[in-house]
Amino acid sequence: MTGTQLFLQQLANGLTLGAIYALIALGYTMIYGVIQLINFAHGEVFMVGSYLALTLMLALTALVPWPVALLGALLGAMLGCSVLGWGIERWAYRPIRQAPRLNALITAIGLSFVLQNAIMLLYGPTDRQFPNPVPLVRWEIGGVTVTLMQVLVWGVAAALMCGLQWLVMGTKLGMAMRATAQDLKICRLLGIPVHRLIGVTFALGSALAAVGGTLFGMTYGTINFHDGYVVGLKAFTAAVLGGIGNIPGAMVGGVLLGLLEGFGAGYLSSQWKNVFAFVVLVLLLLGKPTGLLGERVADRA
Amino acid sequence: MLQVSHVVAGYGAIDCLHGVSLEVHPGEIVALLGANGAGKTTTLMAISGLLPCRAGRITFDGMDLPDESPESLVRRGLSHVPEGRRILGRLTVEENLRLGAYTRADAVQVHQDLQRAYALFPILASRRRQLAGTLSGGEQQMLAIARGLMSRPKLLLLDEPSLGLAPKMIQLMFETIQRLNREGLTILLVEQNAYQALHVAHRGYVLETGRVVLEDTAAHLTTNPRITAAYLGS
Ligand SMILES: Nc1ncnc2c1ncn2[C@@H]1O[C@H](COP(=O)(O)OP(=O)(O)O)[C@@H](O)[C@H]1O
Ligand SMILES: [Mg+2]
Repeated sequence: MTGTQLFLQQLANGLTLGAIYALIALGYTMIYGVIQLINFAHGEVFMVGSYLALTLMLALTALVPWPVALLGALLGAMLGCSVLGWGIERWAYRPIRQAPRLNALITAIGLSFVLQNAIMLLYGPTDRQFPNPVPLVRWEIGGVTVTLMQVLVWGVAAALMCGLQWLVMGTKLGMAMRATAQDLKICRLLGIPVHRLIGVTFALGSALAAVGGTLFGMTYGTINFHDGYVVGLKAFTAAVLGGIGNIPGAMVGGVLLGLLEGFGAGYLSSQWKNVFAFVVLVLLLLGKPTGLLGERVADRA
Repeated sequence: MLQVSHVVAGYGAIDCLHGVSLEVHPGEIVALLGANGAGKTTTLMAISGLLPCRAGRITFDGMDLPDESPESLVRRGLSHVPEGRRILGRLTVEENLRLGAYTRADAVQVHQDLQRAYALFPILASRRRQLAGTLSGGEQQMLAIARGLMSRPKLLLLDEPSLGLAPKMIQLMFETIQRLNREGLTILLVEQNAYQALHVAHRGYVLETGRVVLEDTAAHLTTNPRITAAYLGS
């Protein structure tokens, strides 16, 4: 493998990982954008999504052609996680909306324990094989291997991000979301049902995390009830990297972080791959906490 | 149309309103006057449901307001244009206006009302695609009022629409208020600019430290020595 080939191969691998991080990072950033809350249980929603998809995939692959099974698993996991995310907002965060920030953090830690242990009890503590019905098609392009699975990850992620961008910029719901992000109180005076809107935001972000969970399981082949913690923290880093609260920023941050991890693993050491993300997080928080595309914090006041 | 009876409200442990009562009849402009900190803004917030009433009763068009959410109040015809304009600076002028009509589903009517808003304030039409944050103070106040009208209210609560504006703009605001009233809109107007407010209003109330200390017709209030001494600077 030549130097260029190695570079392009890491690029392809990094993009795949980055697309998954980006999908999860969007949830952190959307929720933060609307109510300035970092939902530290979001990583567990991703993890639950991967297990929902696992169950559906196991049930469906025997019955229907693989594209249908994949679509069914994706949609089922999205639906399940939407309900979970909506429920988390409704029953865990909404009652403490007026309370100090620390309460929300403690709530998130408690929720994370509950979700992790529920999955551990249901599925066991060991790694689970994730069935991947996608045929092992690979293309050699100039010495670089690209698989059908990778193309699928890119395609699904790109389609969902375009869809989200359209929703936020082109619909009445999205307009209300942007307005609520800017001034929740005036939105109540305008008659916008802000509680419902916040619930919808949690549901949307959770659905994207479910897609991330499904693609993650399929790409890596195994999942574990612990995955939500590390992957969640990386996706959070991606959201901070892009500027928390900024939707295009989360997409860019996710892809950048995936690339960093891909190149780091390829050129330095794959054992250290988890370290790169956290070095980025620490450096960011020290140097530029508003992120690359961060908003001017002043006009939030 | 609006009855506020013995309302107590406040922030945290402190009550700022100690039993405020006032009434607004259909077709009126009622001025709510008082010094800074008297409780005018707090009264409007209690009416529009942003602040819970600790005691007392508010009815609007026959419904008990404390039971309603701010959203349903907007649907029932109450619109509150708050102090400080609170326009959404990172959305366009037109998006701000459309958000004012969020509770309404009829796209054709909303479009008509947009045209009416642009006819009322032509400068907004020429800035419709601009971010609202780039407007001048006076234009932002026009936008705030126009946005408040987009829900087709029966009663408009206006909190200090003249604050911080140039004299010419203040003149335009009061003319607009009168014009809207002549077209049938009922208005509860909070102002520190007592002279101008009483000039357009039919009746007025004077609030002092959370209590109504005077209520009368605008004509009487304008000549009341207590008012002229305290607010009209003569
Ligand atoms: N958010 C708040 N928290 C605590 N006290 C407040 C708040 N807003 C207003 N107050 C107090 O309530 C009283 C009435 O204020 P306000 O209704 O804003 O007066 P006005 O609009 O007549 O100037 C004042 O003493 C003010 O300091
Ligand atoms: Mg005030």
